[in-house]
Amino acid sequence: MKFTLNIWRQKGPDEGGRFVTYEAHDVSSGMSFLEMLDGVNQGLIAKGEEPIAFEQDCREGICGSCSLVINGIPHGPDRGITTCQLYMRRFSDRAVITIEPWRARAFPIIKDLVVDRRALDRVMQAGGYISVHTGGAVDGNVLLISKDQAEIAMDAASCIGCGACVAACKNASAMLFVAAKVSHLALLPQGKPERTRRVQTMLEAMDREGFGSCGNQNECEAVCPKRISVRFIARLNREYLRAGVVESSFPAEPESPHAEST
Amino acid sequence: MMKLDPKIPPGPLETKWDRRRFSEKLVSPNNKRKFTVIVVGTGLAGASAASTLGQLGYQVECFCFQDSPRRAHSIAAQGGINAAKNYQDDGDSIGRLFYDTIKGGDFRSREANVYRLAQVSTQIIDQCVALGIPFAREYGGQLANRSFGGVQVSRTFYCRGQTGQQLLLGAYSALCWQIDRGQVIMRPRTEMLDLVVVDGRARGIVVRDLVTGRLSVHTAHAVVLATGGYSNVYYLSTNASGSNVTATYRAWKQGAAFANPCFTQIHPTAIPPGDAYQAKLTLMSESLRNDGRLWVPKMARDHRSSEDIPEAERDYFLERRYPRFGNLAPRDLASRAVKAVCDEGRGVGPGGHGVYLDFADVLEQEGHEVVRERYGNLFDMYLRITGEDAYHAPMRIYPAPHYTMGGLWVDYNLMSTIPGLFVIGEANFADHGANRLGASSLMQGLADGYFILPYTIGHYLATATLSSVGEDHRESRAGLQRVTSRLGRLLNIRGRRTAASFHREVGKLLWNHCGMSRNEDGLKSALTSIPLLREEFWQNVMVPGAGETFNQELEYAGRVADYLEFAELLCHDALHREESCGAHFREEYQTDDGEPQRDDGRFAHVAAWEYRDGASPILHKEPLTFEFVQPTTRSYQ
Repeated sequence: MKFTLNIWRQKGPDEGGRFVTYEAHDVSSGMSFLEMLDGVNQGLIAKGEEPIAFEQDCREGICGSCSLVINGIPHGPDRGITTCQLYMRRFSDRAVITIEPWRARAFPIIKDLVVDRRALDRVMQAGGYISVHTGGAVDGNVLLISKDQAEIAMDAASCIGCGACVAACKNASAMLFVAAKVSHLALLPQGKPERTRRVQTMLEAMDREGFGSCGNQNECEAVCPKRISVRFIARLNREYLRAGVVESSFPAEPESPHAEST
Repeated sequence: MMKLDPKIPPGPLETKWDRRRFSEKLVSPNNKRKFTVIVVGTGLAGASAASTLGQLGYQVECFCFQDSPRRAHSIAAQGGINAAKNYQDDGDSIGRLFYDTIKGGDFRSREANVYRLAQVSTQIIDQCVALGIPFAREYGGQLANRSFGGVQVSRTFYCRGQTGQQLLLGAYSALCWQIDRGQVIMRPRTEMLDLVVVDGRARGIVVRDLVTGRLSVHTAHAVVLATGGYSNVYYLSTNASGSNVTATYRAWKQGAAFANPCFTQIHPTAIPPGDAYQAKLTLMSESLRNDGRLWVPKMARDHRSSEDIPEAERDYFLERRYPRFGNLAPRDLASRAVKAVCDEGRGVGPGGHGVYLDFADVLEQEGHEVVRERYGNLFDMYLRITGEDAYHAPMRIYPAPHYTMGGLWVDYNLMSTIPGLFVIGEANFADHGANRLGASSLMQGLADGYFILPYTIGHYLATATLSSVGEDHRESRAGLQRVTSRLGRLLNIRGRRTAASFHREVGKLLWNHCGMSRNEDGLKSALTSIPLLREEFWQNVMVPGAGETFNQELEYAGRVADYLEFAELLCHDALHREESCGAHFREEYQTDDGEPQRDDGRFAHVAAWEYRDGASPILHKEPLTFEFVQPTTRSYQ
């Protein structure tokens, strides 16, 4: 197979970028999209040119490194996968393919298709954790968690933090990411003591990083490689509302880990 | 002269760790903040260590080459984590986990380390639950378990097929807490390129900022390497493409012994390699072997499709060879059994590099839904990569280089032969011996990081006399100079071949001569070819771009340069070990029916190699003594 690629090239964050056209020859249908790009890069390096910078690592769909907008869609045309899991058999021979980086104010471009996603880490550092010391945790079976509850928590926890939700959103909102993180911990008894504080600080951090607000258009869910449901955004909104009520009504009252179940 | 003192506490096995902890000197809370510790790597071992050290009050500076600590390769582990909780009441115990691990490793690891690992395994699960890790649960709310290769109990805790991801995110969130508190300074996109040793002690690292290309030296009172394994030296492996040997290799060149480098686990259940362009091999979780049955046609070169081969003409070779363990035979045995039937011409799929992993029975007995719930994501992944639907035809699998049991030599305190340099997780050689049981790497990474290193490093800091060392110290400047000239050299070659082409070539050499099975002739021929290839690399590699910029090809070329040296060390080690044990199968040493033949008389030792500039490495041996278990022939039949 053979493809024409329009690829965004940009030397650095402060320089202008532009599309450059490349031809990919001798592509087989069993090649992954990234292996196809590897091939193009090998050709460029052999000519002494700089290869196209893009991010990847595990190539198993789990590390969240790869971040290409392919023909306008983060992670490409298939649902529920990352770019590294996209195979060339998905495209027809001689197709023209456009490849761009994630575009969002909170994700400045570093080079070509590589963007800086540290904003997501900073949102996590604002409260996406349970404060627990390593000494003397109680036996894991002391906390009973129903299978259903654990499964929903796991659905939320399976977010890989790739940022496709941000790239797909008109407002470059990180709501789906934050919703997944907040929901995962809010659904488990261990997460309850810091529940109020967590949702507030994480949402504040999200705003501070320059992510936009949610417009309820569900583009994020459509491109999420782990099919995280927008229902978690509803849960996030509820958590936030609840936090506001708890804070204004009972400012001094500590939360019991078993006080309520959702 | 290098001295290997494993520092194992004397006395009964069960109380060794307690007694060591009691005899360790402590650093008082007020003094902890006066100590700085560098942690390199943010996988399970690195993130759990950095966060725990931060909690304790040390000043921690943590580095990773990924854009976020959450992307370390531990994230890709699928199956599960072992712990001797015995929730199933199926006969499990700390003693049994200890025995399974030491036997699974073919009696090539230290009793004391392995016992401690089994002991703290129970704490790990509790810690992870406290962190909010959504382990699979029974309907009654209790933790669920499954079983893995090489054992007969159900002791593996799991989060669907994403256990590594969830455990890593737990450690990462603990790290986030410490970053938030200012106890840990996190430096992502920063690669360690050398170690700074002052007065014989590890005191810092030389790093390259991967965005700006700027080199700098960071100093501390101790350095912890948690930089993972090196099976990417084979080019095709199940590792993430960034995983590499550079940090441990450069530490080796500064005086840290490298132990058992030839112990590379070849995992039996990966998707078979396809064409020349292939960049990686994808693992299919070992948990699939709980329900899938491995088979090949009885007849060689049988090109019928799987459904046309009747039951009587199928060879369920693992069930036949290892009736007690069947498809759950340990990884090394399963890998070699797969290789053996393929070598007989009975392999299936392109090139005959594959065997069937068949789910027909479980699909019929338990139904589509049950299988989908257990393994759905793996089946989806298989479909995407191969274009084949494993619900209707058996999967094809083939072994792939996976976890490396070799690594920098460490004593019982996880300290290398360089005082102040601690090595944890897959980067060290400890605990797994010559073969790692499934679901044990996550256990070791977290044991080292949460529960072992934080104690032992305190003792070091409390007892060592450490002068002040900064980035302007003579040794810091010398380290910086080594890295600067090396990078300059790489950029100035401007040859005609890409780094990837050299990587592929050295990988192929290793796979052919030091892969699933090895022999003297093959190893000697590899030892002749590797230096020639290395010479060509330094004459003819093409690294475009400049140093002081974002340059992925420069990063990669540096790692390939290290593989080209390390491959030789690996072959030296494989050549010296004239026995077959675990992942190391020397063809000259096998029984009549093709089982590996160990030689405890000559090789019950850790082979620790010392670097010598411009000469062959020197072998040091740490004898392995077995006081509490009797090394037996490892039979699973």
